[in-house]
Amino acid sequence: MNILELSATQIAKKIAAGETSSAEVTEFFLQRIESIDSQVAAYTSVNASALEQARAVDEKIQAGELSSPLAGVPVAIKDVLCTPDMPTTCGSQMLKKFEAPYTATSVHKLLGAGMIVLGKTNMDEFAMGGSTETSVFGATRNPWDLNLTAGGSSGGSAAALAAGLAPITIGSDTGGSVRQPAAFCGVCGLKPTYGRISRYGLVAFASSLDQVGCFAHHVEDLAALMELISGHDPRDSTSLNAEVPEFSKAIDESLAGLKVGIIREHIENSALDSEILGAVEKARASLQELGAEIVEVKLPHTEYSVPAYYVVAPCEASGNLSRYDGVHYGYRQLGESGADASSAPLDRMIAASRSEGFGAEVKRRIMLGTFALSSGYYDAYYKKALRVRRLIAEDYKSAFEKVDLLLGPTTPTLPYGLGEKLDDPVQMYLGDLFTVGANLAGLPGLSIPAGFAANGLPLAVQLQGPALGEGKLMAAASKLQGAGFFAPKIASV
Amino acid sequence: MTEKLPYEIVVGLEVHVQLGTTTKLFCNCSTEFGAPPNTQVCPVCLGHPGALPVMNEKAVELAIQTGLALNCDIASFTKWDRKNYFYPDLPKGYQISQFDQPICGPGYLDFEDPESPGDMLRVRLIRAHLEEDAGKSMHDEAAGKADSKIDLNRTGTPLLEIVSEPDIKSAAAARAYLTELRLLLTYLGVSDCNMQEGSLRADANVNLHIDQDGEKIATPIVEVKNLNSFRAVERALAYEVQRQWDDWQRTGKTIQDAPKRTFGWDDAKGVTIPQREKEDSADYRYFPDPDLVPLRISSEQIEAAKSMLGESPQAIRSRLQEAQGLKPYDADVIVSQGRGVVEYFDQVVASGGDPKRASSWVQQEVLRVLNEQGQDISQVAVGPERLAELIAAIDSGELDTSKGKEVFQYLLDNVEASVQQAKDALGIKAVDQGELESLCRELLGENQKVVDQFKDGNTKALGALIGAAKKKNPNADPRQVREICQRIIEQEL
Amino acid sequence: MALSKHDVAGVAHLARLQFAESELDQFTDQLGKIVSFVEKLNEVETDGIEPMSHPLDVETVVRADSLQSSLGREQALQNAPNADGEFFLVPPVLG
Ligand SMILES: [Mg+2]
Ligand SMILES: [Zn+2]
Repeated sequence: MNILELSATQIAKKIAAGETSSAEVTEFFLQRIESIDSQVAAYTSVNASALEQARAVDEKIQAGELSSPLAGVPVAIKDVLCTPDMPTTCGSQMLKKFEAPYTATSVHKLLGAGMIVLGKTNMDEFAMGGSTETSVFGATRNPWDLNLTAGGSSGGSAAALAAGLAPITIGSDTGGSVRQPAAFCGVCGLKPTYGRISRYGLVAFASSLDQVGCFAHHVEDLAALMELISGHDPRDSTSLNAEVPEFSKAIDESLAGLKVGIIREHIENSALDSEILGAVEKARASLQELGAEIVEVKLPHTEYSVPAYYVVAPCEASGNLSRYDGVHYGYRQLGESGADASSAPLDRMIAASRSEGFGAEVKRRIMLGTFALSSGYYDAYYKKALRVRRLIAEDYKSAFEKVDLLLGPTTPTLPYGLGEKLDDPVQMYLGDLFTVGANLAGLPGLSIPAGFAANGLPLAVQLQGPALGEGKLMAAASKLQGAGFFAPKIASV
Repeated sequence: MTEKLPYEIVVGLEVHVQLGTTTKLFCNCSTEFGAPPNTQVCPVCLGHPGALPVMNEKAVELAIQTGLALNCDIASFTKWDRKNYFYPDLPKGYQISQFDQPICGPGYLDFEDPESPGDMLRVRLIRAHLEEDAGKSMHDEAAGKADSKIDLNRTGTPLLEIVSEPDIKSAAAARAYLTELRLLLTYLGVSDCNMQEGSLRADANVNLHIDQDGEKIATPIVEVKNLNSFRAVERALAYEVQRQWDDWQRTGKTIQDAPKRTFGWDDAKGVTIPQREKEDSADYRYFPDPDLVPLRISSEQIEAAKSMLGESPQAIRSRLQEAQGLKPYDADVIVSQGRGVVEYFDQVVASGGDPKRASSWVQQEVLRVLNEQGQDISQVAVGPERLAELIAAIDSGELDTSKGKEVFQYLLDNVEASVQQAKDALGIKAVDQGELESLCRELLGENQKVVDQFKDGNTKALGALIGAAKKKNPNADPRQVREICQRIIEQEL
Repeated sequence: MALSKHDVAGVAHLARLQFAESELDQFTDQLGKIVSFVEKLNEVETDGIEPMSHPLDVETVVRADSLQSSLGREQALQNAPNADGEFFLVPPVLG
């Protein structure tokens, strides 16, 4: 039995059937992490008690006290979700030693279902970035070419999956942070409807855009995980009070009569790589063969989505990151009296702790948000961006009056070299061109592998759906996955 | 003001009232005062990464009730905003407050003019909004060199900030306004208004309008903070008014020449001192809190709150004067004792006690007992029905006032006893006319001197007989003894 | 709009960030570029468009006023950079 060839749900079935055990599977992945992760750098920390917890779960399963579609399956979790046993660092100096005294609702749910946390995965600092290079733990590498970026900000979760260092992983998506690394690493990445999964315990970057997301090789695994961690949470005022459908059943629904819109502004965009455009065309053809009707739709404000996003997200971030002041937790640096002799020791401490505790990109976004909210600029930048945000949401609304799903690219380009865009923020930001819309509108988006480019790098396409449309998204994705070149593949590192 | 001042005092008050909820505004921690430091805290009120606020419905109810009692418009739609500033007792780096859509709109509070009893003053209210309290910082006041200590128990406690127009024209009026406000809030039961425990805190915005040959000149506005007793408010304002007047005469600085400044009141020294300005207080960068959703208030909710209000102190004052014929002073003494004493008084009257007598018995005997025994009105052994019975006995001449007080004391010590039983126990019985008649003849016989003096027109002389009569028969009613003796002398001797 | 070094220094103070001279030059340059990039929004006609601060129209989420156990003090102070077992400790507020 080659565990790497099994889907997460298949692993769970074999554990339930006694053909293998959670301990055996967990040990298998721990050993792979041990031997391979030094090259990929997908993990920030490994759960020292994973094996012990796996054995405990095995006992429960054998005693018939525990049965869930993913019971006993190991999972890796982005280091932005609060977990027991391990620090929650957000890839930042600021939280390098932070041990959360509570567990995120989503993590709590999957632990309750008998999943085993292998470890925490690397990310851009505070999820701000598209290349998992700004982490205090260093850059995560793309398993398909170790000199390239794995994407970001959930690069660690995507790379861990692609390199076979975990059978299923969890990330977060604020502007494409699940879908873009999924595309770069050749795995499936789902960003659910805003409010579908509780944000309680998800360290906030931009509260009105953040959403927990799932990575898997197989769409059936996404469906199983979604069923597990979705649902209303009284601890999160912004979590949706909608019942959770049986996604595992939903994915079997036929695509006959499904109306899929191709986003004109996406496929005609000059920045779009031709091979990625080719992948979208292939996806269109396959969907047609599967019985879907394809029409062209417009999202007229597409070109304004990135500028709107890079006002709204930094504004919320500037507030969310004010809590990191070296007072109650996190990094503290007293600062020299020389720095600003006039100021009080307290003020020096706060400024020094923040200036040393945060990296350049985080500081850039805090500065940008602070500026856009400051008196005199609030209306011109923040309010303006929120108005454009509504227009973008209305574009989606009218599109989904005509079609059930939207098809387009996930990213404009293939994975690029490490360090390539670090010094050019605006270029980096433009990489989110096709993903930020779903966050601004609060809608679900799913990136699925679409074969490989001539240079051997993964290609991907993105499906987007209406609010709470994850079922349809995953149904279409699983059918596409059935069609030849979308088959899952693990990078050999 | 007796003598005409060369300036008009202009004061607006911002009052922070701690609402009487069991738990904090956005988490389930206790709001109990006086717990050991940092024992009533959780990830939410500690501002931990990933923790999220959820609104306490009770705080909203209490805010609506208060708003209605203050004649405010209640918003049908309100929202939460972040007020951003850095301070160690503000763990998130922002305070959740309400900026442009407060829960309570304009209103007013009427109260008696302390400088001309009988006349009413009206202070208009701009707004009242909900917000979370900060924690407590304890500084090394002496040297200022040691570390400051931070206790976050109070962090997140619900406050209602009631902001008045600058309608207050004297220190005495400010005190009277606060006194009436506190009385109203305690009648509503929305807050214990304990100033020692910080449940009611006032900040005053003060300046002067100086008449200079016809034109009005305003002095720079000063906000005086930490006024934590009514006496402090009165003293601080008196001091600050004089300080501004002197300052104006010395410097001639007007509101155009200086921005608003913050002063603290040093109660020991009896002076206002310029405070270290809260950094950037000019730019709080308010924006809607994306972790909280807006709040809609239905007309049903407002009606429900209205039905909870009960009779206001001012309404009760007028009722006691108009319906019961009490003097304004007496009505006010009873009302300022709180709703319990008012209800006690009402029951005495309802049980047949004469209102005026009831008023004086409540003010003298009942309040004496409350003070002496530190009791609550509900605990007083002599219930309203008993007191009514006692008052009736006095009205009918069965008892004189001094005997009445003996009976009252007896009833205090013997909860079950009726007035009759008390009288029996104390050996108080009405003396019949014949008995009294012969007693008086006996006395007059023994005191020829008194008789002569009386005949010479010294009516007071009879006083000497009263004491003697009491010796012979403790139950002899002095009034009757006097009448009978007088009759006998005039008619027979 | 063009951001001056002075503007950026002011924003840095609001955000409680401090930069070395050279960093400040770099941030002034980068922020300037980003700001002019987002000013593309001015091309969009937004008169009468309601600002959208929430992706969903959920309203009025409340909880009952019922007590739940808080963290113990030990846990509350466990991550504190400096504490005395009772209080969080910070350097003096006064200069
Ligand atoms: Mg306030
Ligand atoms: Zn709390």
